Amino acid sequence: MTEVGASLLDRLAALEEQGLVAIRAAGDSDALETARVDYLGRNGRLADAMGAIGTVEAKARREVGQRANAVKTALLAALEDETRRLSDAEAAGKGPRLDTTLPARRSWVGGLHPVTRVIDEIAEIFQDLGFTRVEGPEIETTWYNFTALNIPLDHPAADMMDTFYLHDDVVLRTHTSPMQARVMEAHEPPVRVLVPGLAYRRDSFDPSHAPAFEQIEGLAVDEGIDFIEFRSSIQHFVKQFFGKDTRSRFRPSYYPFTEPSAEVDVSCTVCSGSGCPTCKRTGWITIMGSGMVDPAVFEAVGIDPERYTGYAFGMGPARIAMVRHGIPDMRLLYEGELDFLEQMA
Amino acid sequence: MNLSFNWLAELVDLEASFQGDAKTVAEHLTLIAAAVEKIEPVGEGLDGIVAARVLEVGPHPNADRLSLCKVDRGDGAPLDVVCGAPVIVKGALYPHVAPGGTLPSGFAIESRKIRGELSHGMLCSDIELELGRDKGGIMRLADDIVPGTSVGEALGLPDTRLALDLNPNRVDLGCHVGVARELAAPAEALRERDFGTSWDPAWRDGDDEASGAGLRVRIEAPDRCSRYLAAVVRGVRVGPSPTWLVGRLMAVGARPINNVVDATNYVLLEQNQPLHAFDLKTLNGSEIRVRAATDGEQVTTLDGQTHKLTSAASVIADRDRAGALAGVMGGLDTEVTTETVDVVIECAAFDPAAVRRTARETGLSTDASYRFERGIDVHAGEHALKRCVELILATAGGEAEAEAIRVGPAPTRPPVQKLRLSRVKQVLGLDLGRADVATHLEPIGLREVESETSGGGAEDVLQIQVPGWRTDITREIDLVEEVARRVGYERFPDADRRFRTSSVPEDESVGAAARVRRELVAEGLLEARSLSFMPGDHLGNRAIVAVPNPLSNEESYLRAAMVPVLLRRLEHNFSRRHRNVRLFEIGTVFDYGETPDQFREQRRVGVVMTGGRRPGHWSGPVPDLELWDIKGIAERLAHRLCGSLVTAGSEASDDPFLAGGWLAPDGFRVEKDGAIVGIGGLVRASAVDGPPWAAPVLAFELRLDAVEPVRHATYRVTSQFPSVRRDLSVTIPADVRAGDVEAAVRSVATDLLVNVRLFDVYAGEELGEGRRALGWAFRFRAPDRTLTDEEVESEMRLLSDALEEQFDAKVRSA
Repeated sequence: MTEVGASLLDRLAALEEQGLVAIRAAGDSDALETARVDYLGRNGRLADAMGAIGTVEAKARREVGQRANAVKTALLAALEDETRRLSDAEAAGKGPRLDTTLPARRSWVGGLHPVTRVIDEIAEIFQDLGFTRVEGPEIETTWYNFTALNIPLDHPAADMMDTFYLHDDVVLRTHTSPMQARVMEAHEPPVRVLVPGLAYRRDSFDPSHAPAFEQIEGLAVDEGIDFIEFRSSIQHFVKQFFGKDTRSRFRPSYYPFTEPSAEVDVSCTVCSGSGCPTCKRTGWITIMGSGMVDPAVFEAVGIDPERYTGYAFGMGPARIAMVRHGIPDMRLLYEGELDFLEQMA
Repeated sequence: MNLSFNWLAELVDLEASFQGDAKTVAEHLTLIAAAVEKIEPVGEGLDGIVAARVLEVGPHPNADRLSLCKVDRGDGAPLDVVCGAPVIVKGALYPHVAPGGTLPSGFAIESRKIRGELSHGMLCSDIELELGRDKGGIMRLADDIVPGTSVGEALGLPDTRLALDLNPNRVDLGCHVGVARELAAPAEALRERDFGTSWDPAWRDGDDEASGAGLRVRIEAPDRCSRYLAAVVRGVRVGPSPTWLVGRLMAVGARPINNVVDATNYVLLEQNQPLHAFDLKTLNGSEIRVRAATDGEQVTTLDGQTHKLTSAASVIADRDRAGALAGVMGGLDTEVTTETVDVVIECAAFDPAAVRRTARETGLSTDASYRFERGIDVHAGEHALKRCVELILATAGGEAEAEAIRVGPAPTRPPVQKLRLSRVKQVLGLDLGRADVATHLEPIGLREVESETSGGGAEDVLQIQVPGWRTDITREIDLVEEVARRVGYERFPDADRRFRTSSVPEDESVGAAARVRRELVAEGLLEARSLSFMPGDHLGNRAIVAVPNPLSNEESYLRAAMVPVLLRRLEHNFSRRHRNVRLFEIGTVFDYGETPDQFREQRRVGVVMTGGRRPGHWSGPVPDLELWDIKGIAERLAHRLCGSLVTAGSEASDDPFLAGGWLAPDGFRVEKDGAIVGIGGLVRASAVDGPPWAAPVLAFELRLDAVEPVRHATYRVTSQFPSVRRDLSVTIPADVRAGDVEAAVRSVATDLLVNVRLFDVYAGEELGEGRRALGWAFRFRAPDRTLTDEEVESEMRLLSDALEEQFDAKVRSA
């Protein structure tokens, strides 16, 4: 290497060292800008040194050029670091300029109705057991609503549900159970459906009754379904829905379209069974009517009761929502009052 | 159904299995038979209250309504007692609490002066003893106890009352014997009692008529009454029942009346057979006729109500007139009173449907009608009648006629029902042997009988004799339930068999509703649920389908659209002073079909919103929601969920969709395949009952079946080349719609046009009469290159030419 080349390399080394010191020692943005102009400016020291590359003999020029570029990169990197560091430091040093405790700009918060959420959660659990969701008409014939379900029209069992008649043999369905018959007419077993929907009864609107209310019906029909499977499936649901520590009990009941029939109680979720107003001091809350599908229902829809068995159940999501959220009056669910819906959202 | 624990304990041994504990018994009944809803003590705190005989009774010197009595507590030291009851009978016995004692309520009794006269303790009413609900009457005791006897002990108290919630098929549990059977785990525990030893009459039988004992009975309506038994007891002394019987009735909350009526009620509560006592002298011609009422015939029942009947009702009549409602309630004219000397005891089997018609027609529901409607044991009549006659003889004296009447064909034997062990296994999953099944069924009277047919499969089949009281057991499955119940549902094993597949596909409407909910919740809307009912017409919002038997005018129609019902929810919120309301609901709307006996239903989603666009913020005012906000929600739903669907401007329309036209002029429609599937816009002010401070109300309604199944987007290459924006401002005649302009732009543009946005709408005089200006921003981009100015200019020319040609548009110079 020649004299000129070597001395330029020395000059670049010094320039790099001094430049890095100048940048790192700048301390504020003004001094940093001065350092930048001094070293990296159009007429700065690096430009000056690079201008001298032309005087270097050709064979060393490449090496010197590379060195000059390396110095430039190093200085630029240092400059960028320092700029960032200084701006952070300045921001921190100056303290908050905004009172960020001021309220945020908010949007309206939407939400699902608590009954919808109960229905969805029930559905999810049974979907895991192979059930599919179907819906049916709210206006029904008396055949589907009563006759097909083994409820003779002139029978005390019909007293259990006071009916809105729209026409001689047309009613607002008193339960979602007519879908049992509709589904079994349309599909061969294995049938497993869950039917959410509204049902109607001539009850006056009071804290625990509504003339229209949600029900969710379940039906499972196949070969080889027995009471053991039925009870185990429902118990599985209870644990999933109400929690592992919830106890349940099956006790005899009566529905014309199931036999054996059972009502399912769960230990009171409010008092855990010790007795409180929610469970009327019994420690138990009834959540479900259920049972093995009555052979008469199979016969009504043309399914061989000697070959197929099954179970059916019905729940009132509104009542479950009331227990879950501690809602004392059923009417609150249907008023659409904003404060209520926002609480539940 | 109220049960007395003491009574049950008399019928069945409750010590061995239940340690005599009422709570344990209640839990067991709940798990194997019927739920016990309540357990409550009866007759607690009666210590120290004794029977006292009134020796003298006279007026209180200083008070008209009080009397002064001298009573004997059996200790030879008569006490003066002031009493407020209207009638105190000299020589009669009453409960007395002495000074120093307390009432069951805890109220301490002391000697004190009442209107100047010293009263030593008090005579008690059943209310004060917490045993009944009679108003004002001091509880008179029968003469079967001596003064000084503890009243509680004589009444058989304290006791525990169990309130049993009867299932409609288990009417046999409506009596103490029936419940005792369920509790008798080993068959021996049931204490058999024999009746009919002191009175065993000679039966006078007849198919439709029989006479005897000075009485003639005729069944004129055999379809309403299959059998009628009657006995006559002459020379009774009607008065208070013996104390033990009164105690029994009180323990179950029944009201004691007199020794004859109480005997019939006692047998009902014991054995389930409804009985009725007539005063024989009131039966003209000493005749009883069971017949249909004649139209317009009147009967005044024991409760004092007079019923005008039709032939649907069934009555018990004498030769001349109806005297009681068959199987429902006795009549005032024929009732047993203190004057009665001879009584007729009726023990009949009325037809369930006939009783139901009579009960329905008169609006009455009684202990008797409840049992007849559900079916009584027609084989137990003689047993019950004997029991009742013997009770009356014991409590009211008199002499029973040696003849008794029995009209109607003898009941057929209760059925024998087969039960296959294989069926038990199939339905219940339990492997039970013949002996297991018998062990479960025998205690409740379901006994295996010798099979008359033997041979193939006989090992599998049990022939079970169904007892007369189990009218609900008519099929094999009924016996399967009995097995399950007697095993105890809670004793079934657990299994992992839970999952199975289903041949039924999921309804699309379910998923559609879920997706609509998700979108609307994301828009900040709250889901409401309302009843499907509405009044026929509310502020011009109509419903179509009438409910013929509504509970109130509010519920006299079914909604024909979602928005009107949501508007009522909005009004409710206005009444709670909420100004910012945003609700949606998914539900069913109703319409008639071709004829008024056909109906149509449709699932819809409705949205109603009003008030600020966002919650208020300190940084500046928040504008109120306006048409463009609801249109935005509609557009997003339509675009995201309903596929290729577009929204188009529309005049308010009389489409049935609107159900009365809540929509103000200038709404918008959602159309799909040429049909209107949604409609929305500003709500007419007259369609909402809103306060002056309310903001404009906006609403939208969409058919749920317009929502399409989930479609997955197909990837298109996103361009990495820059896009170019060009603005175009045109004036157009005022009646040209922006939507039509945009549609024209989209139809003529090439693929290079990637976005169209209207950024300005302006109307001003300088534009000329009847014209307005629209400012459009277009964005062009090519997937594979940077567009040249020439290309973009050519695109813009294409657009401006088309607008000029189609809409008489004039391009405004920038």
